[in-house]
Amino acid sequence: MMLGRRAAGTGILPNRLSELGETVNLAQSHIATDHTASHPALQHHFENLEQQREAGALGMWVFLATEIMFFGGMFLAYTLYRTQYPLEFASASNHLSLPLGAVNTAVLIFSSFTMALAVYSAQTGKRRAQIVYLGLTILLGLTFLGIKAIEYYDKYKDQLIPGRLIPSRPFDPHGVHLLPGANPRHVEMFYWIYFAMTGMHAIHMIIGVVVLSVIMFFAARGRYGPEYHNPVGISGLYWHFVDIIWIFLFPLLYLLGRHLEHGG
Amino acid sequence: MKAFETFETPTAARVNYINAEYGLKSWLLTKDHKRIALLYLGSISAFFFIGGLYAMFIRLELLTPQGDLLSSATYNKVFTQHGIIMIFFFLIPSIPATLGNFLVPMMIGAKDLAFPRINLLSWYIYLLGGIITIWALLAGGIDTGWTFYVPYSSTFSNSYVVATGLGVFISGFSSILTGLNFIVTIHTMRAPGMTWFRLPLFIWAHYATSLIMILGTPVIAITILLMAFERLAHVGIFDPATGGDPVLFQHLFWFYSHPAVYIMVLPGMGVVSELIANFSRKNIFGYKFVAFSSLAIAVFGFLVWGHHLFVASQSVYAGMIFSFLSFAVAIPSAIKVFNWTATLYKASISYDTPMLYALGFIGLFTIGGMTGLFLAALAVDVHLSDTYFVVAHFHYIMVGGTLLAYLGGLHYWWPKITGRMYPEGWGRFSALVVFVGFNLTFLPQFIAGYLGMPRRYHAYPPEFQVFNVLSTAGASILGVGLVIPFIYLLWSMRYGKRAEPNPWHLPGLEWRTASPPPTENFLATPVVTWEAYEFAPPEELEVIGKFREEIEQA
Amino acid sequence: MQTSWIPFVPESASTVSGKVDALYFYLSGVTAFFTLLISGVLIFFVIKYRRRMPNEIPRPVAGSHKLETIWSVIPFMIAMSMFAWGAQIYFQNSRPPKNANEIYVVGKQWMWKIQHSTGQREINELHVPVGRKIKLIMTSEDTIHDFFIPAFRIKADVLPGRYTTQWFEATKPGSYHLFCAEYCGMNHSGMIGSVIVMQPTDFDNWLSGNASQQSPAVAGQQLFQSLGCVSCHGANGEGGRGPALAGLFGQKVFLTNNQTVTADEAYIRESIENPQAKIVSGFNPIMPTFQGQVTPEQLIQIISFIKSLQISNPQSATAPAVPAPKAAPSTPANTTSAPNQQ
Repeated sequence: MMLGRRAAGTGILPNRLSELGETVNLAQSHIATDHTASHPALQHHFENLEQQREAGALGMWVFLATEIMFFGGMFLAYTLYRTQYPLEFASASNHLSLPLGAVNTAVLIFSSFTMALAVYSAQTGKRRAQIVYLGLTILLGLTFLGIKAIEYYDKYKDQLIPGRLIPSRPFDPHGVHLLPGANPRHVEMFYWIYFAMTGMHAIHMIIGVVVLSVIMFFAARGRYGPEYHNPVGISGLYWHFVDIIWIFLFPLLYLLGRHLEHGG
Repeated sequence: MKAFETFETPTAARVNYINAEYGLKSWLLTKDHKRIALLYLGSISAFFFIGGLYAMFIRLELLTPQGDLLSSATYNKVFTQHGIIMIFFFLIPSIPATLGNFLVPMMIGAKDLAFPRINLLSWYIYLLGGIITIWALLAGGIDTGWTFYVPYSSTFSNSYVVATGLGVFISGFSSILTGLNFIVTIHTMRAPGMTWFRLPLFIWAHYATSLIMILGTPVIAITILLMAFERLAHVGIFDPATGGDPVLFQHLFWFYSHPAVYIMVLPGMGVVSELIANFSRKNIFGYKFVAFSSLAIAVFGFLVWGHHLFVASQSVYAGMIFSFLSFAVAIPSAIKVFNWTATLYKASISYDTPMLYALGFIGLFTIGGMTGLFLAALAVDVHLSDTYFVVAHFHYIMVGGTLLAYLGGLHYWWPKITGRMYPEGWGRFSALVVFVGFNLTFLPQFIAGYLGMPRRYHAYPPEFQVFNVLSTAGASILGVGLVIPFIYLLWSMRYGKRAEPNPWHLPGLEWRTASPPPTENFLATPVVTWEAYEFAPPEELEVIGKFREEIEQA
Repeated sequence: MQTSWIPFVPESASTVSGKVDALYFYLSGVTAFFTLLISGVLIFFVIKYRRRMPNEIPRPVAGSHKLETIWSVIPFMIAMSMFAWGAQIYFQNSRPPKNANEIYVVGKQWMWKIQHSTGQREINELHVPVGRKIKLIMTSEDTIHDFFIPAFRIKADVLPGRYTTQWFEATKPGSYHLFCAEYCGMNHSGMIGSVIVMQPTDFDNWLSGNASQQSPAVAGQQLFQSLGCVSCHGANGEGGRGPALAGLFGQKVFLTNNQTVTADEAYIRESIENPQAKIVSGFNPIMPTFQGQVTPEQLIQIISFIKSLQISNPQSATAPAVPAPKAAPSTPANTTSAPNQQ
């Protein structure tokens, strides 16, 4: 199908396509590719910054795809068990602190905003703005984690940590008000899923905070500007992704039974 | 420029990636994809040896119907560990992490993979996972079967489940990072002129494999984690006590583990495409069909996991859908087999060792694939599930397929990787021994399976003994056939004949640079103007390559 | 195990084994055909087109869409024939016939406990008569096991906390292997036994010779008393504070959440272990849970007893599926006879 129709021409040529078709014996000479104005951040195996940027961005998107699959397993378990035990899930959901969850949601959404501003500052080379917005994003992330820690501590106090993970405080749902028809045995299932999903999410938040701290360190040294700001952008991608996961988790975990709370 | 000539005149002493830098640190902290490939080659070979030792114990025990060599607790650990080591630490990384890492940048004309440091990190992660697993094995082992089914693994087993699970979990990230690296590299770093349809089929195969790696592996990661927490907390989401469902574990587990078998076989198919084309000096018949069938296998492979659950209380209707899809996924593989065979028509075939392995692959993969159809057929699978038929089926694909392709590829690219040739006579001899030994090992197992011998049995009714004896005899022959290459390949690294840059006289981009290559692969960025497997344009009738009738007339 | 006259095939002793074998032979034939075809063509090409001169290059051959289509479509059609045949046998066999004899199987590490509905118990052995449809109702006490009878070509996983079923009709007297076919720990390969198929008269003799034990239904009745079920459901399942159980098995039940379910083994088991999950319409959620107080075997016995409860009053033989709520309220507040909707 494609053989024999191409003209002869196997050649090694400098990186200029206009010379395609000319055969030049360059076996012995070393012709560097054109990066005469080589940016200090350009890595040696890339031809130019554009290729490096493209590769970095695609890499982050591929990585986010893997994260979706990672959380996907837990979303599947959630879907399955919530369908099977709706009343138990609603009862346990009502026991979660709606104010804390809502505040956390607002905190994260706002942090995505500050992150976007940080990316913009990097693109426009405003060093001070980068530091401020990255710092704000980190602070908001830490706030989220702090509130999460408070929630987890409450669960610990109420003996709602599943199974015998804390041997001295085995799971005991006595404090959870059960909607009529709910079986206390299945309430534990909700908490399993709650801890698995929010725990995984929190781990990803911690990683995000660390990553942003590193980025902020380099931003403070003026590394990012209009020619080179990719790391800020792809860190932003990661941060937004972690935020989106929470935006799914919040209603699925916190808002299951609020309408039943008041006999609705 | 003429066909088959390299871009450099071969010289005796030359700076290449092996001698560019000396010292342990230069290897352990390298960013060069070729050195990382060699790091993987060493560690993968070590794990293969360990997995092979376990196999030897299995076959020795099964010589007699009674469980007389090992206690049943030990035997259960032996077959579990054979599976875990071979699958997670040998088969899944084998071709992608050694041959893929080495060749993907070279075949597309790049200097390295997109993320060299992540490449090195993936090797360290693999090693960490492997070390943790080995520690768990030495500390006492694991006996759940490589499939880790709950509730046995989470509640009843008294072995090192969490530690082994952790080792496997960690090594999964190595897989994910490798896949990520390949995808980004193939998309963004192809040399000028290297369009998608000029890519070697090895690249297409690794691209499809990488898709599976990145989308499938995270699922088993979370599954193992959930199982481990269930074990630690003494109750969990798969436990009927909380209203959980042990079959959910099976769904989550097989959602990855079925595509995983395509991770194991697709790179092998990529190697076979290269071997068939290059050792018959002909373009692969139906190149686009072979390329797209790799993608089709990757996609369809995600839709068939339920065929592992036909007798596991899965619904009848789900069973029918999965059965239908399992038959459908066989078709792209069949297309490849037919295209490879058609490539040989009116070709110019040489009998070098790599070609022998490739031919063996085609025959054995055909048997392995078609016996998969037995298992896709619902009523027959009810009888065959969890018998030795299944064991024989997957060994035909994994050993008769992947391992043979791996060996063939290793031999083929050995001069490129090491700059030395392996001894051809020994190569052909061991290929033959492997082929004979392999068939004798696994063919009787099909029969034992249909007769009803269950798998994972430490002791069995005496009427199955004859098949087990044949199988063990075959395994000894197979073992010998696998040890011989190990010896002569190592020997050749020091004493083998030095290879010219393009010892097989082939047009692939990797052959157009020195053997071994310089660290940056090519002295200048190649510009590609030729098709994949274009052996010579018809106008060019140089001495080095002529159509047969022209030589005959001359 | 006796091999039949066909080599490499186990004894064929059930109504379905012949059908499975036929499909197996078809699959084997197609496999052999394609294996020989591909290997033959490969060997032929490899010899005929071997390299004769070191410098030769073969003429490139263009691909062929026609060939690609042929060798995609034909294998696909063959694959579909295999699918359809396998699915047909499987589907036919998936529903146990209504008039089958029921036998209960409990798997545990590392033995099979079997109980006939007439009371005989067996360990690792299953006696069945030729020519009768037998339905196995199975559960596990611990891990997942699998009840595998190669001569019948059947197997099914056995799960904790659930019932799975499979059925067969044996066609030839003899003793056949019984294997556990889902890895379950240390003595997995020891969890084996025999299925002994007998002529109907021999089987009846065997039954009477072993009738010293209670039938599960009788044992179940004793449990029904000792656990206090009679206080709400009545000594003969006539109902009271709790729904009537006589004639219940197999009927549709209308629940307080407006769902309708069928009263099968799983429903009864769930009602005993987790009564709050499904409340029958018109009744209060006051049944206590018996989770942890009854073993899987005892559950089977109670279920057996409930299955045996007939409606004694011929007038109520046409009774509606849901027993009418009793006028006697459980609490004084419930003086109206309006059903207590949730």
